[in-house]
Amino acid sequence: MKDKIAEKILLFIALSAILSLALITFFIFQQGIPLIFKAGLANFFSLKWAPTRAGFGILSMIIGSLMVTVGALAVGVPFGLAGAIFLAEFSSKTIQKTLKPIIELLAGIPSVVYGFIGIVILVPFIRNTFGGPGFSVLAASIILGIMILPTIVSISYDALLAVPTTYREGSYAVGATKWQTVVMLLIPAARSGIVAGIILGMGRAIGETMAVIMIAGNALKIPGSIFDSVRTLTSTIALELGYAAGDHRAALFACGSILFLIIIVLNIFAIRITGRK
Amino acid sequence: MRFVFFIPLLILLSCAPNKCGVIIAGSTSVQPFIEKVAEHFMEKNPSIMVNVQGGGSTAGVQATINGTCDVGTSSRDLKPSERGLRVILIALDGISVIIHKDNPVENLTVEQIRDIFAGRATNWQELGGLNTEIIPVTREEGSGTRASFEDMIMGEDVISDACLVQDSNGAVREIIATTAQGVGYISVGLVDEREKAVAIDGVEPTLVNLITEKYRFARPFLLLLRDEPQGDVKKFIDYTLSPEGQEILGSSGLIPVNQVSVD
Repeated sequence: MKDKIAEKILLFIALSAILSLALITFFIFQQGIPLIFKAGLANFFSLKWAPTRAGFGILSMIIGSLMVTVGALAVGVPFGLAGAIFLAEFSSKTIQKTLKPIIELLAGIPSVVYGFIGIVILVPFIRNTFGGPGFSVLAASIILGIMILPTIVSISYDALLAVPTTYREGSYAVGATKWQTVVMLLIPAARSGIVAGIILGMGRAIGETMAVIMIAGNALKIPGSIFDSVRTLTSTIALELGYAAGDHRAALFACGSILFLIIIVLNIFAIRITGRK
Repeated sequence: MRFVFFIPLLILLSCAPNKCGVIIAGSTSVQPFIEKVAEHFMEKNPSIMVNVQGGGSTAGVQATINGTCDVGTSSRDLKPSERGLRVILIALDGISVIIHKDNPVENLTVEQIRDIFAGRATNWQELGGLNTEIIPVTREEGSGTRASFEDMIMGEDVISDACLVQDSNGAVREIIATTAQGVGYISVGLVDEREKAVAIDGVEPTLVNLITEKYRFARPFLLLLRDEPQGDVKKFIDYTLSPEGQEILGSSGLIPVNQVSVD
């Protein structure tokens, strides 16, 4: 009898997570989608964002989000992958046991702290070295690249470790060096895990808000170079929600809907890729 | 032991609006000033808790209409769609244009400021400064400060998309204080020694110039109420409008309402 009750309670708690996801989805779309049709797709995907004067174009923010995300991957993927390969293949057990938790600790630092470090150190450095405002695509990419490192390192590391030892032994047996084994055998074999890690990191980069608001400058203009300021979808929502009313508020929910779709698509890709393994 | 669980619940219940003092919400521009008034008020009336929150002018209006706060605050006049609330003017706030303190520029004309924020002026040399680019910083769409700035300075011109955007007076001030090429606009009362407020058309944003209306760039700070104020809420509003409350606002850089000429 007690087992039955416990089972029912656990089921209810498990379902409540799904229920809240369903409610969030419903709420965002219910608030946002009507505006997209009211404003018209042409207006919604234009460049003119002036929501208090009926300009609901979010194209520059979509481009901004993509630029910052690609930049974050350009920083995070090489470093993350290199870190995972080093940890999995080239380091002793003791080094693994010390380094891995430290890298994972990066994920626990609040994003506002990353943003603060960006403002105090990175932004002035970029401004003094390359000119421009300093609040830039580059600053956001570097900070986001560091923020997604733990995701990429942990998942790639697990994927590399999951490659059977017999593969490595076979490779050495035919005379391959360690480096050849890693590049030609282990990375292809662990590919699905590595790609999943990258996609999850990408999701984090697109969704990050606080750090980006603090260091990207948030200018609406599409950046002409990586030293120009940039505005992302998430920053727009967080910047403007406090003051928004009426259609402006709905437009921010519409931004949220688009962001939600992008992230759902990314996650589906990630699940597909890991599932195929 | 089981009753322990009810304690947080009890605390929550006892804090329902109107029972646990006065809840004030709204404009982030008004917030720091009303917090100061609230501090002094609570020293005098230890039994009344005054809780001041931000959120923005629009949020303040909404919260007042919904009744989620006792008193709303706004740093702009109400829109036609927001009529129906009681509005109490507590002070006027000047808006100053600020630049980095090492920038040699001392004076800008309204025309020049308009050119900067519309993206037509891009180098400080054109305005009598050094040969460096101008980095204008504006507030986000919907902000009360931005709306006042657009009204009073931009006129028909639109703020350029190339301007950096920050979401509070403090964030704008922080960028200007650390960026030699920067220019932004914040409340006169919030300018500190790390940046420099320029004179506009030769008039400096001093309190005297604000009171005498020589410096024309000022906006209203409003308290909003749904109904006739009663009890603690009335006490707080009376205190804010009293000579003592007005003195606190005045010494923080605002123009007290009793010195504003009524027209």
